[in-house]
Amino acid sequence: MISIDLSGKTALVLGVTNARSLGWSIGEQLIRAGARVAFSYQGERLKADLDKLTAPFEGTWSEQCDVTVEADLTRLFERVRAEFGGVDYIVHSVAFAPRAAMDGRFVDTTPEDWNTALSVSAYSLVSVARHAEPLLREGGSIVTLTYYASQKVVPKYNVMGVAKAALEASTRYLAYELGKKNVRVNAISAGPMRTVAARSIPGFGSMYDKAAGMSMLGRNATQEEVGKLGLFLLSDMASGITGETTYVDAGYNAMGMQLD
Amino acid sequence: METFEQVKEVIVEKLGVDADKVTPEARFVEDLGADSLETVELIMGLEDKFGISISDEDAEGIRTVQAAVDYIGSKQ
Repeated sequence: MISIDLSGKTALVLGVTNARSLGWSIGEQLIRAGARVAFSYQGERLKADLDKLTAPFEGTWSEQCDVTVEADLTRLFERVRAEFGGVDYIVHSVAFAPRAAMDGRFVDTTPEDWNTALSVSAYSLVSVARHAEPLLREGGSIVTLTYYASQKVVPKYNVMGVAKAALEASTRYLAYELGKKNVRVNAISAGPMRTVAARSIPGFGSMYDKAAGMSMLGRNATQEEVGKLGLFLLSDMASGITGETTYVDAGYNAMGMQLD
Repeated sequence: METFEQVKEVIVEKLGVDADKVTPEARFVEDLGADSLETVELIMGLEDKFGISISDEDAEGIRTVQAAVDYIGSKQ
């Protein structure tokens, strides 16, 4: 019988808000596979929620980290070094664009909103990888979370679509460089999920229902399915896969036309 | 515990505001300082607490503490 055994492995998941977060979905699978997992969240108000989430699992811990603040990243990775010694797996599940940039027209995107979206959602993968590099063990792996609006136009996604395109390109460049150390870097392109981040996008509810109707499986993918893809991509099961963007969207992205 | 007290608990936790600021007429954004993400976290917190599902359209209409209490009352 084939199974994924991550006993003795350690992981850091960046960007968990609540139990619906995709970072949590992946972290939960890693824990179930036997890994020790640390989580980061942004803003002290989330601390109580994170403590509640991680409490049942021995060896887990969480730390506040704003990925745009260099000192926060330094402190987070110092704790990873202190608690784990090194790290095998990194999950990057961080993105943000100001509401105004998604409410309005793309052509009106301000330089400030552009920089915020690209910095938080794409550059952060680069800075996280740089901080992680000295601690990453051989055979380690990084995954990030992206979305189809990087490839095709999804109305209202606007500058976030550009940020996700930058994120997917960054995934390839990081995969190239870290490949020399036998560290793999991949992106998971998840279909619409009812997370905090998604539900704050204007009109998300109707988009969610429409995507379900247009996908090959006639439904949306689930958080658990994202978690399982994350587990697969991080583990040795995917040892030959790097620099890839893999879809978990019930087949939505491969459809070219709707007949009814 | 009455619905108002339970709603108040969720608001205090999700928005990190003082309990005495959470009055029935308090507006989440203008009075309690919630941003767009916190507003969604609050809605999802209420869904979890009361075991209900709140559509985006309905969520748009829930802008005050009293509106949240009334909405939950209508769902139970």
